[in-house]
Amino acid sequence: MFYEVSMSPKSKSKAKPEIEELPFEAAFAELEAIVAQLEAGQLPLEESLALFERGQALAARCGQLLENAELKVKQLVGSELEDFKAEE
Amino acid sequence: MTLPLFDPKAFGPETWSVSDLNRYVRQHLESDFRLQAARVRGEISGFRAYPSGHWYFSLKDSGAQINCVMWRQRAAYQRYTPRDGDAVEIEGAVTLYETRGQYQLDVARILPQGEGALYAEFARLKSQLEAEGLFAAERKRSLPLRPRRIGLVTSPAAAALRDMLNVLRRRWPLAEVLLSPTPVQGPEAPPQIVTALQALIPLQPDVIILARGGGSLEDLWAFNDERVARALAAMPMPTVSGVGHETDFTIVDFVADVRAPTPSAAAELVSSFSVQDLRAEVDAASDRLNVVLQDALATRQAALNAQQAELRRLSPVLQLTLARQHLSALTRRAASEMHHQLALARERHQRLTQALNGISPLAVLQRGYAIVRTPDGNIVRQTREAPVGGRLQVRVSDGEFGVKRET
Repeated sequence: MFYEVSMSPKSKSKAKPEIEELPFEAAFAELEAIVAQLEAGQLPLEESLALFERGQALAARCGQLLENAELKVKQLVGSELEDFKAEE
Repeated sequence: MTLPLFDPKAFGPETWSVSDLNRYVRQHLESDFRLQAARVRGEISGFRAYPSGHWYFSLKDSGAQINCVMWRQRAAYQRYTPRDGDAVEIEGAVTLYETRGQYQLDVARILPQGEGALYAEFARLKSQLEAEGLFAAERKRSLPLRPRRIGLVTSPAAAALRDMLNVLRRRWPLAEVLLSPTPVQGPEAPPQIVTALQALIPLQPDVIILARGGGSLEDLWAFNDERVARALAAMPMPTVSGVGHETDFTIVDFVADVRAPTPSAAAELVSSFSVQDLRAEVDAASDRLNVVLQDALATRQAALNAQQAELRRLSPVLQLTLARQHLSALTRRAASEMHHQLALARERHQRLTQALNGISPLAVLQRGYAIVRTPDGNIVRQTREAPVGGRLQVRVSDGEFGVKRET
């Protein structure tokens, strides 16, 4: 990343969910929303910088989720879902 | 029995020629629709496939036989190649080969015995469901681009499941796969497939794949079952059929929203937007983020620079500096002028001093003249101004001395 930015306290007070807990769709959707907002160009600089930093964190989270993704497979047994065990 | 349309008297003489007879018989046979779309069962015997591509054989049962010919173009479409002794069902047309007077079956299709009835049932159900609109293009739903949950209805032990999971692991590991296991062939399969499909509904997958590997028409028969077809059509989410076989379609292929030729292909359709594509999108968003921030900063920097330049231009500091510079310049010029004037004055003074020295009476003294003064300092120009016997002061070039006038 090109810029080191410090977050202003003002933007931290908006209740945004912890990035580390976001599932991929939510993180990616928020990342796209942030990019769109910044591209619209109407924000004051301080807020832009704060959003940028959050966007970077979201992109990193998305990348990490993609790298570590493992297909989860479950099997219906009766009406219950169990972890799938491949038959030999 | 002659048909009214074919009055032999209108056609030719009462005594037949062989050619006429054979031609008549052939036309007679070909005018009977029951003989032109006939299904005949029997046993293959004397089967020969010629290099030309044409097939020749006999079809027989315990009491009789009939010669058969299958022309090359149709034989090429045959998935199943019969062998002597096979029990088969032939679809074809009865005819007479005139030049040899040979009665034969012109074969359109050969099926293993039992499949003929199956095909008929397939055709019937297909027409019926099509008429009900179950196959209509307007009903087809498009597949979700990035499914979170994928339902699989297939046999848990078969290769089809392994193949699909491999594809999904590679292309779309972000999803959760829900396997609803079921037998996929045999008479007990259709109701169990229906149950397996419906069991997934409350779990709300984004898409469902109904799949099995390849097999004969009998093996696949559950996928032509009306109950399965209707259950699939009623699924609230998009469905994909992945019944692995080469040529024919099953009923579920027509009912599903999307048909795939194999289970693996079904998994690929469901993950058509892969994890690699998603990675590229994340990177693109990240790039846009950087670009837009750089732009924002650059814009503001430029604005700031412009303001600063304007500020400098209007600043009294600048004016003061200019004034100081002006003063400094003036001061320098004044000083330099003064020096100049001083130099001129000195030069003039020097010249005047020299000139003065030139006409100075003291210079005369150098030439030998003397200045004579009386004691009270008056200069003696005439003799009467120096009393005899008085003291006088004589100044010569390098000094003075006193004298007394004697005469």
